[in-house]
Amino acid sequence: MALLSKKDAKLITDPLTDNNPITIQVLGICSALAITAELQASIVMSVSVLFVLGLGNVVISLMRNIIPSKIRIIVQLIVVATLVIIVDLVLKAFAYELSKTLSVFVGLIITNCIIMGRFEAFALGNGPWKSFLDGIGNSLGYAVILIIVGFFRELLGSGTLLGIQVLGDPIEKTGLYSIGYENNGFMLLSPMALIVVGLIIWVQRSRNQALIEEN
Amino acid sequence: MSKRTDSNSYTMIFAIIMVLVVGSLLAFMASSLKPNIDENKRIEKQQNILYALGVNENEGTSANFISTDVAGAAFSEYITKQIEVQGGKEVENSDAYLIDIKKQQTLAKQGKQRRLPLFVGKNKNGDVLYVAPIRGKGLWDAIWGYVALDENMIVQGAYFDHKGETPGLGANIKQRYFMDDFIGEHLLDASGNFKGITVAKGNNDPKNNDKTDYEVDAIAGATITGDGVSAMIKSDLKLYVDYFKTLKQ
Repeated sequence: MALLSKKDAKLITDPLTDNNPITIQVLGICSALAITAELQASIVMSVSVLFVLGLGNVVISLMRNIIPSKIRIIVQLIVVATLVIIVDLVLKAFAYELSKTLSVFVGLIITNCIIMGRFEAFALGNGPWKSFLDGIGNSLGYAVILIIVGFFRELLGSGTLLGIQVLGDPIEKTGLYSIGYENNGFMLLSPMALIVVGLIIWVQRSRNQALIEEN
Repeated sequence: MSKRTDSNSYTMIFAIIMVLVVGSLLAFMASSLKPNIDENKRIEKQQNILYALGVNENEGTSANFISTDVAGAAFSEYITKQIEVQGGKEVENSDAYLIDIKKQQTLAKQGKQRRLPLFVGKNKNGDVLYVAPIRGKGLWDAIWGYVALDENMIVQGAYFDHKGETPGLGANIKQRYFMDDFIGEHLLDASGNFKGITVAKGNNDPKNNDKTDYEVDAIAGATITGDGVSAMIKSDLKLYVDYFKTLKQ
């Protein structure tokens, strides 16, 4: 017996490709711009969102029948803020080094529109297990784009990957730099993240014409 | 179709209960974890001061503190004296490292006396160094650091940290290539006037060979954070100049 039914598996695989939260639903763009100057930051953010979205979706799904519809957005915000703050406090107490790396992302996670979007669109209308899978799927879809963007921005902007110099030393002029290559500092600024995301959207839609909207 | 959850009274009661539950949960978590968090912060301060002093486990290009379990012992081994500078004179205070610089800066703004902690220690070569804390503003939030000076106010080590600078840009002030640039830089000119160190763009000295130009190379894309570093060095280290003058008498 398969671990997941076909329908459940689709919940995970869809957001990776044809229903990607960033390139198709255009959610979570703000954090994708803010933190992708480094590959490591992209990975840390992806893991944090995976955790918060997976757990948050389950909590909202369990509460879905008792949440008053008039204040449901506020309830969702409080749930995600509470989760993030608890995680931050626990890390500060027991994994202080890690919490310092993550502290930048705490605010970004709370306001990440993917999280609110999935709560609103999925967890409020589905059971906990399905919501959990949906949360995992969407955060993986988010992670894929973040890591691609982070990879290119760090490589072309700083000439490093995960902080390791892969193209040679720009000051000592070794490696690629010895033949006149220069880092493109513009890659480190947020507009280039938007352009890289745009390029990914272009590639994705030219490979799958069905995604192009009719006018 | 009207659901039970649509009524105003249900909404109000739900909101009140939720706020009470979430509020007390967070308050409980925060107060029960506070001792652990405070202890972590205290050890981190010791690690920061030791890092500036050159007592660290740096490898390759990455900056590493000495591990948390030996920080306390190393702190009492390398830091020989903790003092507070008051009007150019020193007053010993063995808990000076616990002084909150942020609070002191607020006091100074209100026109009150600001306490100035300074840590006298020996580095691994046995040189006597003075580590001073500094604090200022970056682009998004607070930045701070510790600078180790010799008696001529020449920088012998620096550690910077930040609360929320942009990863890949401003956050790189805690990278070694930036912090190590400060080593050897002079804070005073030849006649003993305080000049500070400016984080400068395009200063034609990317390898930072000139140690008396009062400039280090800036990080591309992190202008405001870099300006913050210059500003906190100028404003906070200046306060110690009188004390360093007494050392030479």
